[in-house]
Amino acid sequence: MTKYIIRRLLQTIPVLIGVSILVFSLMHLIPGDPAQIIAGEGAPEKTVEQIRERLGLNEPIHKQYLNYMSGVVQGDLGNSVRSGRPVVDEIKTRFWVTLELATYATILAVFIGLMAGIISAVRHYTFTDTAIMIVALFGLSMPNFWLGLVLIDWFAIGGDWLPAWAKLRPSGWGDSWRQVVLPVITLGTGGAAIIARMTRSSMLEVIGQDYIRTARAKGLTDRVITYRHALKNALIPVVTVVGLEFGGFLGGAVLTETIFAINGMGRLTVQAINTRDFPIVQGAVLVISVLFVFVNLIVDISYKLLNKRIDLG
Amino acid sequence: MVETILDVRDLRTSFYTDEGEVKAVDGVSFSVPKGKTIGIVGESGSGKSITSLSILRLLASNGKVVGGEVRFKGDNLLAYSEKKMRSLRGNKISMIFQEPMTSLNPVFTVGQQISETLIEHQGMSKKAAMAKSVDLLKLVGIPSPDKRVKQYPYELSGGMRQRVMIAIALACNPEILIADEPTTALDVTIQAQILGLIRDLQQRMGMSVVLITHDLGVVAETCDYVAVMYAGQVVEYSDVRTLFRKPKHPYTVGLLKSLPRPDEDQEKLIPIHGTVPSPLHMPVGCRFNPRCPAATDLCREKLPDLFDDGEGNQVRCWIYNEQWPGEKEVDVFGEERTARC
Ligand SMILES: Nc1ncnc2c1ncn2[C@@H]1O[C@H](COP(=O)(O)OP(=O)(O)OP(=O)(O)O)[C@@H](O)[C@H]1O
Ligand SMILES: [Mg+2]
Repeated sequence: MTKYIIRRLLQTIPVLIGVSILVFSLMHLIPGDPAQIIAGEGAPEKTVEQIRERLGLNEPIHKQYLNYMSGVVQGDLGNSVRSGRPVVDEIKTRFWVTLELATYATILAVFIGLMAGIISAVRHYTFTDTAIMIVALFGLSMPNFWLGLVLIDWFAIGGDWLPAWAKLRPSGWGDSWRQVVLPVITLGTGGAAIIARMTRSSMLEVIGQDYIRTARAKGLTDRVITYRHALKNALIPVVTVVGLEFGGFLGGAVLTETIFAINGMGRLTVQAINTRDFPIVQGAVLVISVLFVFVNLIVDISYKLLNKRIDLG
Repeated sequence: MVETILDVRDLRTSFYTDEGEVKAVDGVSFSVPKGKTIGIVGESGSGKSITSLSILRLLASNGKVVGGEVRFKGDNLLAYSEKKMRSLRGNKISMIFQEPMTSLNPVFTVGQQISETLIEHQGMSKKAAMAKSVDLLKLVGIPSPDKRVKQYPYELSGGMRQRVMIAIALACNPEILIADEPTTALDVTIQAQILGLIRDLQQRMGMSVVLITHDLGVVAETCDYVAVMYAGQVVEYSDVRTLFRKPKHPYTVGLLKSLPRPDEDQEKLIPIHGTVPSPLHMPVGCRFNPRCPAATDLCREKLPDLFDDGEGNQVRCWIYNEQWPGEKEVDVFGEERTARC
């Protein structure tokens, strides 16, 4: 097992290098001169030259990458072109906001998804099952931005029950839980649907297993069979999905943050793109990507741990 | 005559599939005398497993017992409430299955899986149940049981797992143990050990055993009575001696003929021609008639009942009925004579 973890850790190194190269190339993949783009069309040649100088864009590309990376490993992601402040500082507060949003969304998705999935599986091929699965299909196919707008229309504009904007804080719920509700639903719904479908199919597969027949032959009650014998096995693949969803929420928060004017990483990135503040874009994408890679790593390792008893059997 | 503990009468079980109703079991009758072992033999697909699952009412959701009776000490189990049925399963009637590799839950320890039955049926505390689990593992011949009890199924071999299954089944001192091909998935040497264990425990605990197998050799060695199944029906039921000495049903005769014997030439092995009918397209009349060398028009038109010979043995064949139009003595498969009773 330790061997597996070490191997898996080592495997992330090339992935991380790849990610960093991609992120770094962002600026250079855009056609045209990055310095000119940052400065804006029609900016005086002097300004462009200054920017080029400041960002070290006149050095050869591999040198630029190495410079950037040596900064990264020391926790320096460069400075914002617009505010001049270090990118790390700009990102820091925003990061916790997004993490919080993604965490709440995951909790919601897991809670709703598991309940719906279990009920669906226990009542498979009944009306309840069909109804839940149709709702899940809707949840899955609904674009985030659309769901967000509909929720705002119903609850904020139509009913005036919940605020249409949200100011998440690293401090947590506090006075603002009402503000959190709509964004969390917006972000979490798709995940809830995926988890519900996964839980259902996993449960159904497990219910058909020989050991469930054994459990029935022992004279156990349906409750014990469903929640002890079946669920514990069925949850193993679901764990993976939950982890991936969490990672997805981190990256996918962009739309939700934009709709609800939440000052998270996603919104920061969008704003930075609009103002062509490349160091911020690079920094934000890099942080989210690295986080995503590590979430995946944790998912893989925990799956392996959970699956140990089954895998070798 | 020994007391009958389980009496299955004309059991019928169907599955409802997209292709239609599958009459997997369609007329199964046999009785299990107290403290005896009865064998159920038959080819793959003849309905042996479905019969045993029907007795405990453990069918998949698309399956249903549509007729007959299962009398356990006089009570019809098919009329029991689900709750009452549950209190019987794993307690008075236990079952072990063909696939030891997959029959244990991979995420629970051996001890947890044995204890569970004891806690459920005997209201034992967790601790007491765990202690009893160790004893049970010892009983089924598992070395260092106090270590094994804490292990997960993946840490055990197939033979070990089947022993664990037996320990689970025997935990509550059942009156009947149904063993559905308990050794098919195991190595030959392990097979003999497991069968020996079941036989030994059966004698020690005085329970009745229903042993499902397609190995007639095992039947000869282990069973007191035999029910031969063909295409969802019992075609012959008799004590084991009579079955091997004077098989009545042409199918049984064929089965015995196709069995290699040490005292005969291998060349004399006679296979039964044709194939088992699909449960969706059963032949009219006797189900064995397309493969039976003695079939007459009567056999092709009307399904025979299980006729009793007055000595407790039964056969589902027209030859043994007054309506039989042919000769009184019938030559089946060329050699062995099936005598009229
Ligand atoms: N869930 C099901 N749905 C439809 N048909 C089924 C189902 N389960 C069993 N059957 C059918 O019932 C018939 C009897 O099956 P059963 O498992 O009892 O055979 P068996 O005698 O135990 O065979 P084997 O020796 O292979 O274990 C088969 O023809 C099978 O196709
Ligand atoms: Mg079977």
